[in-house]
Amino acid sequence: MAKQSVMIIGGGLAGLSAAIKLAELECDVSLMSVLPVKRSHSVCAQGGINSVNDLTRQLGDSEWKHFDDTVYGGDFLQHQPPVKELAYWAPKIIDLMDRLGVTFNRTPEGFRDQRRFGGTLYQRTSFAGATTGQQLLYALDEQVRRWEVAGHIHKYEYWDFLGPVLDETGRCRGCVGQDLVNMEIRAFPADALVVASGGCGAIFGRSTNSVACNGAAVSRVYQAGGHLGNAEFIQVHPTAIPGADKLRLISESARGEGGRVWVPRKPQDPRAPQEIPEKERYYFLEERYPTYGNLVPRDIGTREIFKVCMQEGLSVQAGRMCVYLDVTHIPRDQLDRKLAGILEIYEKFQGADPRKVPMKIFPAVHYTMGGLWVDYEPDAKGGLNVGSPRNQQTNIPGLFAIGECEYQYHGANRLGANSLVACIFSGLTVAPGIIAYVNSFKGQKAGELPSGVFDSTRRKHQDYYDGLLKRPQGGPNPYKIHAELGQLMTKSATVVRHNADMLETYAKVCELQQQAARCSISDISPWANQTAPFARALDDMFPVAKAILRGAITRDESRGAHYKPEFSQGELTAAEPAQRRREAEAWVDRFEANNRRWLKSTIAACGAGGEPALSYEAVNTSLIPPRPRLYGLSGGDVIEQVYKERNAAVKKT
Amino acid sequence: MSTPSSQTFKVRVLRQDKPGEHGYWNEFQVEYEPDMNVISALQKIAESSVTADGKTVAPVVWECNCLEEVCGSCTMVINGRVRQACSALIDNLLKDQPEHIELRPMTKFPVVRDLMVDRSRLFASLEKVQAWLPVDSYYDMGPGPRQSQEQQQFAYEYSKCMSCGCCLEACPQFLKTELLKRADETPQQFRARLRAAVERSFMGAHAIAQVDLFNMNPIGAMNAGERLDALTAEGGIQVCGNAQNCVKVCPKSIPLTTAIARGGRAATVHAVKKIFDW
Repeated sequence: MAKQSVMIIGGGLAGLSAAIKLAELECDVSLMSVLPVKRSHSVCAQGGINSVNDLTRQLGDSEWKHFDDTVYGGDFLQHQPPVKELAYWAPKIIDLMDRLGVTFNRTPEGFRDQRRFGGTLYQRTSFAGATTGQQLLYALDEQVRRWEVAGHIHKYEYWDFLGPVLDETGRCRGCVGQDLVNMEIRAFPADALVVASGGCGAIFGRSTNSVACNGAAVSRVYQAGGHLGNAEFIQVHPTAIPGADKLRLISESARGEGGRVWVPRKPQDPRAPQEIPEKERYYFLEERYPTYGNLVPRDIGTREIFKVCMQEGLSVQAGRMCVYLDVTHIPRDQLDRKLAGILEIYEKFQGADPRKVPMKIFPAVHYTMGGLWVDYEPDAKGGLNVGSPRNQQTNIPGLFAIGECEYQYHGANRLGANSLVACIFSGLTVAPGIIAYVNSFKGQKAGELPSGVFDSTRRKHQDYYDGLLKRPQGGPNPYKIHAELGQLMTKSATVVRHNADMLETYAKVCELQQQAARCSISDISPWANQTAPFARALDDMFPVAKAILRGAITRDESRGAHYKPEFSQGELTAAEPAQRRREAEAWVDRFEANNRRWLKSTIAACGAGGEPALSYEAVNTSLIPPRPRLYGLSGGDVIEQVYKERNAAVKKT
Repeated sequence: MSTPSSQTFKVRVLRQDKPGEHGYWNEFQVEYEPDMNVISALQKIAESSVTADGKTVAPVVWECNCLEEVCGSCTMVINGRVRQACSALIDNLLKDQPEHIELRPMTKFPVVRDLMVDRSRLFASLEKVQAWLPVDSYYDMGPGPRQSQEQQQFAYEYSKCMSCGCCLEACPQFLKTELLKRADETPQQFRARLRAAVERSFMGAHAIAQVDLFNMNPIGAMNAGERLDALTAEGGIQVCGNAQNCVKVCPKSIPLTTAIARGGRAATVHAVKKIFDW
């Protein structure tokens, strides 16, 4: 029997994990990436990777609690079986990465060290300095190189994925790609296609994402018939440094190691931050969330920073929105051992030493929770049936999606240090499922199909590209259109969302899409042309941008990172206990009514012109019932009390 | 602020349309904004693509990705110094040299186009020294070996290497190897010829440091001899002329000269052991 051939799109943590596991299972693996895989965006992940560990276990932690923290953090919008499985695999994944040589920080006794991260009360996060993603990626990159030398993996670096090739039954039989140096467009037969292309930060212009994270690969699958799940859920990270080209992340690990967020109580206090006495500082996260403090989940942290700056007028600087992130009280050797990577970034780009002066930070678009819809198969214990071909498979047979580009694990808000584990988990577990899928398929292998199956798709992409180069000069400029798109999306589809504003933005995005279709290409060289592929990626940003906007406009509620003030429950206002209790009862009534209406995933199908058609899918909450997500908000305890009493009553009856 | 009088600054770029062609200079006038780096200057140039003397040209080709100096993509020679474009801040560059900012491609690698070079040779030397741990499988076999804090911190310095190529650009013993694809060659044949050509030339400090990284790991130590064989083969550590430029230009401050010294010692011990068949 011919070997199974698999093509992987993307060489970050997810793609490389899938590649090495498939190679181990004796597949013939090809891997396509727009850049050398060692330079993928996973290198930007800083803080760490989560799992229950020997220490936390003895303090009462368990896989189940990691699972619970993840769904609570995601505001219950995830199907629970895959998330449960993820939490149970997490310790094994970190052990594996340890064996692959990741230089995890150590305790004095030589064990792996852990720190705390957002949305949990346990020290669950293993880390390698403040460059954990880079270290994990390198370990996988090295293993891929080992398989390359052995002839089992073949890399296509500097290749752009243009779209899947589907046969007449709608089954994926390979893909079309373009060599970004000699610009050749070619079809690649494959028995299975795995998309591992990461997030879509570039749709928001500047973000914490790398330049390659433009969402184009996801869009190309979406336009070929793949569905998107929960596209409207975009994470805005609380702490980044604004820059002209990029918003650079300052990891949550700064707070995990004891960093504190504050503003002077006196608006725009002109004194240097070190000279402002403790009692004149407003540690707003610690005051409002005494249990979690600075380590509330990201959506909450971000909204609180917005509120302090915009509503309360307490931004540190007058002309620029920012708050202090302060690590100056942490001993220097601890900072150097555990956070050097991020402190150096701040120092290099801001010219100030954060060991001595508090950092000035502000929220930035960071992570794409939504993405390609994928399936899963539960097992009898409520986890995943690992090895099922349904796992990670999109609605296009033979096309799988893993890592940040799919929608499955993080719901309405991702917890810090859960992305790395989800990328590696989905990469490792997709492999046996793919083998099962290919073995169960009785038709011809992709490599044996007549070339006609591939020719028409290849031709379509070639014609589109040739057309780009022939566009008349003097039309709109693709870089300027991209900048405008980013500004529009950042203004109306990030932290605070209003329907009227988003409807207006939707109309403007449609106009920009028209302009993009007419934009001029200032480089027509047939060699290492970067302008034409950029214009092509820009075209592909619009369908995804529209799915984000339409999903957000339609979802009239607040959940995780999706926040609409007019569909949000305020805090309790009454002081008198009985009245406060009545308010809490009403609060829980509305909470339950809202879940009946909106605890469902948005599914987008791409129509003509990139217009999304939305439908909804019920969320599997069979393991942990949804509960109010307050994170011990000061004054919110009575709500939690009411909810608990009601649930206890339900259980009795 | 180093541009007090003008709101623009000049950027000179050494361009080249294709491999094997001659280079030529373009000068661009870029509008000044606070907090700019070389990347944002190049982005502005891409937007207009008009030279200082008003000629419309193709946008400059260059590589970048992370923009925070951890991916290694945007390495180029800026005002005569090899470094990453993302962490090269315009204010600082103009302070040192107010007339203009000068961008060239790295000189030790073949130019693909403009500021983009072919660094595949870097990865070939990682293959040569087997820069990986030969684990049995990816199944769950429990944790890796325990390690001291001291060893982790030492290894971590090496493991930050992002394969940017700065150490090779600065190395007097690392010489450019450039071949052009012949019309009668398939891409595979061309790659094989290229591989054979670089196989025997100097691997450079980055690969020497990776040998130390993997050989100090308890799992990697089990086949340390194979890495040391590669380290001492033609193009290996003995070619190093001890100029110590590598360590000065490394953006991640990796102790490359320490790696070279340790590699030299390990290679000697290994050679002696081999002679006596220990």
